[in-house]
Amino acid sequence: MKLFKTLVNGLWKENPVLILMLGMCPTLATSSSAKNAIFMGLATTCVLAGSNFVVSCFKSIIPDKVRIPCFIVIIATFVTIVQFLMDAYVPAALVKALGIYLPLITVNCIVLGRAEAFASKNGPILSLMDGIGMGMGFTLILTILGAVREFIASGTLFEMTVVPHWQGFALLRFAPGAFIVLGIFLAIRNAMKIRDAKLHGTHFDPPSELNCTTCHICTLGK
Amino acid sequence: MSDEAKELNKAPQPATAPAAPAVDPNAPLPPRHQLIVSSSPHFHTHSTVDSIMRWVLIALAPACLAAIYFFGFGAVRVLAICVVACLVFEFLSAKAMDRSNELKDGSAAVTGLLLGMNLPSNTPWWICVIGCFMAIVVGKMIYGGLGCNPFNPALIGRVALLIAFPVVMTTWPMPRIPASLAKPAEQVMPVASATPQHKGEQVSVMPVTTSTPLKFSKLARTELTGDKVLENSTIPIQKGEVSYWQLFLGIGKGGSLGETCGLALLIGVLILIYLNIVRWQIPVCYLGTVVIITGIAWLANPSAYASPLFHLLTGGLLLGAFFMATDMVTTPLSRLGAIWFGVGCGVLTACIRLWGSYPEGVSFSILIMNAFTPMIDRYTAGTPFGMPKKKGIKMPK
Repeated sequence: MKLFKTLVNGLWKENPVLILMLGMCPTLATSSSAKNAIFMGLATTCVLAGSNFVVSCFKSIIPDKVRIPCFIVIIATFVTIVQFLMDAYVPAALVKALGIYLPLITVNCIVLGRAEAFASKNGPILSLMDGIGMGMGFTLILTILGAVREFIASGTLFEMTVVPHWQGFALLRFAPGAFIVLGIFLAIRNAMKIRDAKLHGTHFDPPSELNCTTCHICTLGK
Repeated sequence: MSDEAKELNKAPQPATAPAAPAVDPNAPLPPRHQLIVSSSPHFHTHSTVDSIMRWVLIALAPACLAAIYFFGFGAVRVLAICVVACLVFEFLSAKAMDRSNELKDGSAAVTGLLLGMNLPSNTPWWICVIGCFMAIVVGKMIYGGLGCNPFNPALIGRVALLIAFPVVMTTWPMPRIPASLAKPAEQVMPVASATPQHKGEQVSVMPVTTSTPLKFSKLARTELTGDKVLENSTIPIQKGEVSYWQLFLGIGKGGSLGETCGLALLIGVLILIYLNIVRWQIPVCYLGTVVIITGIAWLANPSAYASPLFHLLTGGLLLGAFFMATDMVTTPLSRLGAIWFGVGCGVLTACIRLWGSYPEGVSFSILIMNAFTPMIDRYTAGTPFGMPKKKGIKMPK
């Protein structure tokens, strides 16, 4: 039961993109089409599962002071494996489209964050489940984001034409479109949380980091 | 009595309490609305959001009429669609966000009108609607409605459309030419048929479409640098086809609805400056900076760069400098800040026009300077009356 709970934890309750706000860079950059997004998500899932498992196995022999370099070495190993596998079995155009973001999984904050926050404190099987769950949550949101952007921009889904002669809103294919769609997703997430809180009779405050009354960036260093 | 008190309550003048009658201790207390308590600003200028927006609409009227004269029914169609769509989006998003409805203040209508004036007259209706959505919902309401938007909503809509639909947004129908000035068609109408694909923008091969003079000047420069050789690409003004006066009046010049007639725009902005709705520092510094920078380039190489007067009269510069860069919400508060804002816009516009890949840079430069507005505000904040003279920059927390 606990295994299952850990597994589905990453899908919604602690979704890395929508709730933890981790891995924004690959989220914005590789979600220009659903196909790119799903492959990026799967690659990250593999790395996440593998690195979580190995980190959890070695957690007692990794010295505390140098744990981050150790984690990075483990993660980089898995990234290299995934990259070789993708070079071998995935169409070259797709690998090219993902470009630098594939090796950059090494420094993806989801992977390092879960190694630090979960795997170094829990057992190997639980960590493996957490890695898979987090990865699936990442893949899910990334794919939805990619599908929305791809559909609105070019009227296709997974490169199959859905609406012929679609004169798309090409802005969503570019970086500003990624920010706009992700922002709308986060707004929907907040709205759902507010509604849930109302249903349970509690109160939910949207995150206040970007609220001008609580933000101190204008007076930083003063 | 109660009527009078209501009147007094409404009136913004210093509310001297009505002369109290001889106090009878047994008399019942007056109803609550008769007790008039008012704090210090007893006088104000009577300028409200409603009145400002109404005056902006009036100031835009000459340019709208000119656009309708030059482009006919297409202009009416685009302007009407944009205004209606903006009002509808404002209404819907206020509903969806549980916000008090601000429809009647007219700011959405101003945004719609300005956006419409930034579009070619043959824009399909759905592109207008998408632009209005980007302007009102993404550009304004998401940030918290009027007064909270960091960027000019109409420009957000325009830039979104420019990036998303470059073909539609850069092919303009030729404006109508008054019969007295009409020349043989092939002379007046710089047909774009000989223009191959240029910098990713396909110029449609339709006899009715044309480029703006600015784009011709850009093409001319590419030709001079040996990039491409084009027949029709020389600067029209250097061929003597169009005079500066015609450019100012908007005759024989393609462009978006509001860009054509400089005279109408000038009349509009003079009204606003007279009413103190627009600070003259912004347009003057903006246009001055553009003239200086393009003038230097022109003096250095007159065959490659168009003259400063040409830059002034073509493209969206006048529209942008008069009506976009002077938006109250998104520009600095102080006069000094307005000067900095105008100069920044001018530098960016001139640089994009002279060296950028887009032929026109007004909208981008105003949006970029909008982003700098909080910083300019912070560094140009004046000392409040009665406070010691400031040394360096110190903001009250």
